[in-house]
Amino acid sequence: MSILTKEEAQAILKKVIGFSKADQCEVTLSGTSGGNIRYARNAVSTAGEISNMSLAVSSSFGKKTGTATVNEFDDVSLEKVVRRAEELAQLSPENPEFMPALEGQTFEEAITYNAETAAMTPDTRAEMVLKSLTVAKEAKLEAAGFLENSNGFRALMNSKGLFAYNKSTNVAFSVTVRNHEGTGSGYVDQSFNNLNKLDTLAQSKIAAMKAVGSVGAKAIEPGKYTVILEPLAASDMINNMFRGFDARSADEGRSFMSKKGGGTRLGEQLFNEQVTIYSDPMNPDLPSSTWNNDGLPVKKTVWVDKGVVKNLSYSRYWAKEKGVAPLPFSRSMIIEGGTQSLEELIKSTEKGILVTRFWYIRSVDPQTLLLTGLTRDGTFYIENGEIKFPVKNFRFNESPVIMLNNVEALGKPVRSGDLLIPPMKIRDFTFTSLSDAV
Amino acid sequence: MKRKDFIYLSGMGIGALMLQDLAALGNSIDPLQALDGVDVKIKKELADAALNAARAKGATYSDIRIGRYLNQFISTREKRVQGVVNTESYGVGIRVIANGCWGFAATNIVTKEAVAKAAEQAVAVAKANAKIQGESVQLAAQKGYGEVSWKAPIEINTFGVPVKEKVDLLLNVNDIALQNGASFVNSVLFAVNEQKYFASTDGSYIDQDIHRIYPTFTVTKIDRASGKFQTVNALSSPMGMGYEYLSPRPEDKVPGIVTRYKNRYDILEDVKSAAKNAELKIKAKSVEPGKYDLVLDPSHLWLTIHESVGHPTELDRVLGYEANYAGTSFLTLDKWKTGKFNFGDKLVNIVADKTQVGSLGAVGYDDEGVQCGKWDLIKDGILVNYQAIRDQAHIIGLEHSQGCCYAQGWDDVQFQRMANVSLQPGKAKLSVDDMIKNVEKGIYIIGNGSFSIDQQRYNFQFGGQLFYEIKEGKIVGMLNDVAYQSNTQEFWNSCNAICDESDYRLGGAFNDGKGQPSQSNAVSHGSSTARFNGVNVINTARKI
Repeated sequence: MSILTKEEAQAILKKVIGFSKADQCEVTLSGTSGGNIRYARNAVSTAGEISNMSLAVSSSFGKKTGTATVNEFDDVSLEKVVRRAEELAQLSPENPEFMPALEGQTFEEAITYNAETAAMTPDTRAEMVLKSLTVAKEAKLEAAGFLENSNGFRALMNSKGLFAYNKSTNVAFSVTVRNHEGTGSGYVDQSFNNLNKLDTLAQSKIAAMKAVGSVGAKAIEPGKYTVILEPLAASDMINNMFRGFDARSADEGRSFMSKKGGGTRLGEQLFNEQVTIYSDPMNPDLPSSTWNNDGLPVKKTVWVDKGVVKNLSYSRYWAKEKGVAPLPFSRSMIIEGGTQSLEELIKSTEKGILVTRFWYIRSVDPQTLLLTGLTRDGTFYIENGEIKFPVKNFRFNESPVIMLNNVEALGKPVRSGDLLIPPMKIRDFTFTSLSDAV
Repeated sequence: MKRKDFIYLSGMGIGALMLQDLAALGNSIDPLQALDGVDVKIKKELADAALNAARAKGATYSDIRIGRYLNQFISTREKRVQGVVNTESYGVGIRVIANGCWGFAATNIVTKEAVAKAAEQAVAVAKANAKIQGESVQLAAQKGYGEVSWKAPIEINTFGVPVKEKVDLLLNVNDIALQNGASFVNSVLFAVNEQKYFASTDGSYIDQDIHRIYPTFTVTKIDRASGKFQTVNALSSPMGMGYEYLSPRPEDKVPGIVTRYKNRYDILEDVKSAAKNAELKIKAKSVEPGKYDLVLDPSHLWLTIHESVGHPTELDRVLGYEANYAGTSFLTLDKWKTGKFNFGDKLVNIVADKTQVGSLGAVGYDDEGVQCGKWDLIKDGILVNYQAIRDQAHIIGLEHSQGCCYAQGWDDVQFQRMANVSLQPGKAKLSVDDMIKNVEKGIYIIGNGSFSIDQQRYNFQFGGQLFYEIKEGKIVGMLNDVAYQSNTQEFWNSCNAICDESDYRLGGAFNDGKGQPSQSNAVSHGSSTARFNGVNVINTARKI
């Protein structure tokens, strides 16, 4: 019962809006159902099936708003939750940043749902995990991994006639493969809307190969190196940058997008000209919702074009203050690249470090977006276009803004989490110390 | 954003981001409605229905947690209330062993029929996974306690304090910040009440009531001319307490270059000081990189203890259960078995404690029905023990669990989580002033900042809130752009002085993250101010 069709959701939402006595009422209904298997030491450690559905009602009188939620759906409960939201609204202080609800909008039909993924069972999951365990056991290695699938829907309706509905599926898989001595480790991490794009056998073999290949790591001096970041490593860094694309923080002077003396860096060449970043909810390799929590349509948006900052995101309130159109941000970003494979990027490198993945990244200085973190699960020394030997893991202190100025080359983009991102060749990446961790 | 991140936000949009996280936690309710827990009789009947259903389907062990989780979250910025959110999440999680394998299922429909069905589903999950299972679960024996209860010893239930009183306090905090030069200020009050009932086929029926509170703020100072900005966070700590934490008492104030707090917090005094310090921080000298003796205040050191001692002594990490997410540990079993592994200087004594009053981790019983206690992890610098739960106890030769099992909600499976892990105070009398008098070239660090550590807990880097340069025994001014890098074993061996118990305070985290799907755990870490010699300090300033 947790996943409702568009018509079922619409019927409940209409009923709820019908109970409203407020100046305006906005209702969100969402549900998920899914399951997971976690494994470690080549055996299942935990597994579960979880489902839930809930309804949130926001009622406003003038600039006063109250919100209440419920997860029972009989008429009495529905009316009660509306009354409770209205009571809270009457008790609340006026919100000077209050924005009236949007009129009806038109949205594109999202492509985020896949029926086969929605139909996954505990047995499907067990079979997929068995493939991964078999790779590890046959190679006399040890696997720890996680497979999770979810099926969800979200619908929004307000008293001004806006209605939006979206359903989506997701399957995510990651595995860490280590040797029994604890001297080698490899990792993969993938997620898709469509189960058929995920191959737990092939992915586990890559992790196993890295586990074997990273044994016998040599210590080399920390310092500035040319690095080749695999898409996962590149996404670890770049994901930390997007919060800075909020116009309000930039205008307020507290982000790396703020300009000395006031204003923002919108329109400035902030990155290397090879860097182009956009979002597009209808991209078949990275589909996402076509509307945001406010009910604003989400459309293809270019954020960085050839290194120039083209757009910052504006909330409805901040857009009104600044006299511009609101622009919702997207979590799903596409970083354009070239046609080169990872192997080709390695081949063109005289001296450098290949990074599989970063770990424990934290902000050190929000002013420059300086981040610290470490490499892990396969770090290799490259010389004369070839991988020569594994190296011990490094701690880095580097800013993704500086990194995207030091781009040498970008490869072919692939999906990594919520990004489509290429492998990146970056010069002068700063490693500051060595770690004994494997 | 990972759950763990959300209490450590650098100040930008702290309220909005926290709200997003919270909205996912549960349902909004009138807090007064839920102050009285669900009748124990009803819970026992539900529990028996689930345990019987699991047994009938072939489970050899089962437990049920009926949980009602209340959160209240009030966030403000400057003169505006951003949100008042009350959430309730009520439901049931059932864990079983069938065919030697764990299975888990959860439901928000709290009827005898629904919990019995969830129990059957948990057995089906266990049986599906048993087909690919390697090793059978070995559960340490646990006696049933019968019908028992435990309540956190709070004085004022935060949920019972009128919202207006709390909103007015936060807006007052913001006013003081703005009057004292802050450009922006965010303040928040977060309160948690876990009403949880545990029952198992061992014969325990345990009813518990747990309370936590976390008042905090971030002030931001912008210098438009230079384009620089700096933030300073509150020196409060999340506590396992009620609203009494916000009633200041003179005996809980620790005087010094800035006032710090023990079991009662003066938020109005602290925000005034923070606003002034944000301005000083903009003008502070950028640190010269090199080796320094560090004097670390408990408001800072708790996080270093959490990352470099708390985590590597978690037995699930040591064994590899967290290899794919939170990481493993350098404190491998072979090191522990020697009985001589030199973790730190002989001054260093570190205990795990699930009973410490006022701490975030204090409970009567853990989430698999084990009565909680206190034990040594590091004794006179030597690694002597780990933190374990029932299905791990046999691996380190224990007959019983240490009671470290926890689940963040009814719909999450319980697993090994960190106990409160604390550095014991020095036995000889020593004040902070006396400690600083003997430092030639050092940095005194107050408050926690940026933090990062590798997956086996060797190499770490920490920042802070306030940094003071020490020259020839005296504080000579404020520093900026400071972070220290070290290796856990080297660092704890460089500890050469710990202040006495009069300086002992708790710090802590509401959201320690581990597990897949990720769960957060609340945990405290106590210490007195401690000194570490010759630690590598880097300069973190950059230009973009």
